[in-house]
Amino acid sequence: MEQHLQSDRPGVARHGSRLGKRLAPYLLISPGGLWLGIFFLVPMLAMLSLSLQTGSIDTGFRQTWNFGVYPHAIGEYHKYFLRSLLYGGVASAATLLISYPMSYWIAFHGGRRKTTYLLLLLLPFFVSFVIRTLAWGFILSDEGILFGTLKSWHLLPSSFRVLNTGTAVVSGIAYNFLPFMALPLYVTLEKIDRSVVAAAGDLYASKRETFLRVILPLSVPGIFAGVLLTLVPAVGDYVNASILGGTENHMIGNIIQTEYLYNFNYPLAAALSFVLMAGMVIGILAYARVLGTREIEEYV
Amino acid sequence: MNAHDPTQVDPVWLRGMTRRRISRRDLFKYAGTGAGALGLAAFLEACGVSGTQPAAPPSEVGTPAWWAKQKQAGELNFANWGYYIDVKKGRHPSIDRFTQQTGISVKYQEVINDNYEFLSIIRPTLQAGQDTGYDAMVLTTNSPVLDLVIHSFKWAIPLDHSLTPNFNANADSAIKNPPWDPGNKYTMAWQTGLTAIGYNPKLTGREITSVKDLFDPKFAGHVGMMDDPQELGSVGLLAIGVDPAGSTPDDWHQAADFLKKQKDAGIVRSYYGQPYINHLENGDLWISQAWSGDVVQSQKSGYTDLKMVVPDEGGMQWTDNMMIPIHAQHPLDAIKYMDYVYDPYAAALIADFITYVTPVPAARDVIMNQLHDAVAANNPLIFPTPEMKARFKQYYKFKDNAEADEWNSIFNPIAQG
Repeated sequence: MEQHLQSDRPGVARHGSRLGKRLAPYLLISPGGLWLGIFFLVPMLAMLSLSLQTGSIDTGFRQTWNFGVYPHAIGEYHKYFLRSLLYGGVASAATLLISYPMSYWIAFHGGRRKTTYLLLLLLPFFVSFVIRTLAWGFILSDEGILFGTLKSWHLLPSSFRVLNTGTAVVSGIAYNFLPFMALPLYVTLEKIDRSVVAAAGDLYASKRETFLRVILPLSVPGIFAGVLLTLVPAVGDYVNASILGGTENHMIGNIIQTEYLYNFNYPLAAALSFVLMAGMVIGILAYARVLGTREIEEYV
Repeated sequence: MNAHDPTQVDPVWLRGMTRRRISRRDLFKYAGTGAGALGLAAFLEACGVSGTQPAAPPSEVGTPAWWAKQKQAGELNFANWGYYIDVKKGRHPSIDRFTQQTGISVKYQEVINDNYEFLSIIRPTLQAGQDTGYDAMVLTTNSPVLDLVIHSFKWAIPLDHSLTPNFNANADSAIKNPPWDPGNKYTMAWQTGLTAIGYNPKLTGREITSVKDLFDPKFAGHVGMMDDPQELGSVGLLAIGVDPAGSTPDDWHQAADFLKKQKDAGIVRSYYGQPYINHLENGDLWISQAWSGDVVQSQKSGYTDLKMVVPDEGGMQWTDNMMIPIHAQHPLDAIKYMDYVYDPYAAALIADFITYVTPVPAARDVIMNQLHDAVAANNPLIFPTPEMKARFKQYYKFKDNAEADEWNSIFNPIAQG
């Protein structure tokens, strides 16, 4: 086509190709852009709009620009936002502490069996999220395989329990989101140039110093991506709290679900969702500013 | 990793922030932004969620003349709750029998987990005046959803009882012409059950007789309560000695205070939906609010320690009701099936397996003499004796939506931890 045009009307062709060149980047991003526009931006604006409406499900909801819903949502439910942030934060920290040594070992000492170890790490996650959480409930159960056994050995008092407490919720979240931390960490650690590590040794750095001053700083992008990938879904999670939680462990996701599905209070549910999302975006931007994002695209 | 010190402010940025210059080009840009903002505002204005009123059905739907025009389609989509029908080798014998008799094939779908949740799922479709894909569905009397669907929204097709001979002949008087649906205009009962107390006497160390036992500090951390506001509120009312059916908002507040104390004292382990039964089975819960059929099914599946008691104060009685949602594609097939389950043999097949209170008393003879299950036939939770019936309590019937909202706003915060 281009060939034909060039031979026939060179001027137009050159103009056409210049236009094509200018349009190329836009054309290339348009599938992604459209995806974001249709499935993220429009629903988000619709949610924002819904949050400002008033009414009930029998009479319908009308736009009344009820900005008061936001102070109400934050004032009434800040406890749940803070608790979600706390649970998500503690769970992310726990996954980091658990997966760092694991990913490190696989990346540096896994040898030829690296893929096998990674597969073993991922194997439990072929089972559905809810089933895994229920199974976790079985493990943490009062008289279950773990605590039941410890109690029968008199290592724990008989009144000891974990299931239906905040600890159970946090451990459930940490367990469920572990691969999201372990995989980016593994990828960064695996990519670290071994000659840099060897150079640190040549320059008389102890093993501890090599780790603290070479490997750890080089793995920051992995930590950043891992924390992002676990913290964001963890804060919005409601499955763990509803299956493993007790009387005082509801997270903001549970409240949104209740308001939407059970109380039909769509504006409040939308406002809570929007506050959660906006809060997370602001938090992430601040976090990205501190840890830097330049190399993140490679890992996320 | 981090090239610049975050505490140090970039001077270029500072200069940009402190100087204010608007060029002609900027002006156009700002004008564009302004126009965009106006467009956004218009968009935000435009997205409303319309009410549930406009989908009112054409007036002839459900009249005898309308029913006379309906033809049997040979298929039926039935939406029901989980673990709520007889199962044998992966099939449902009562449904297979129906298909043999009528030639109607049934797609039985266990899609309902909660009344509110199910309404949230079908509402947009019905509001748009479209078929939900279900020809029959089951909603419970203890939820305001039932009243919303059949009375406020009028989203169920009125039934023609000249087409329901089995129901007319065999239905228990208690579920004929019930208060929630006078004249069975829209609904026929599927099963009835009780919300009472399930417990494990080995763990509680004593037999349970009263709802007050749910509030005993000795069982701290091992008491299960239900998260459904109707269930939670009603047991709270029973505990303070008020009959839920005749209660007032003042009583509701008192009951809520009582329940709040129980929660603050650490007596409640958690507020549960259906999973309470698994926690009773594995011993996390020693005592819990429980639905009658669940405990009997647990006993059958090997948890023989579990017991079920209708407390002295009474057990809350609810009824699940079959109805045909508006715009259903196969209404005649649906009403034939709804009537079929009132055939004593069909009712016996179902009740013998799921052990809830059957709406067909004549099923007892079938269970005794044809299915040879004397235990089930003499189980007062399937065929309640008059003494048992005397302890059935009714839920409070909300006068309107606002009252249901008030109830929920009093009891929801308790379950919401």
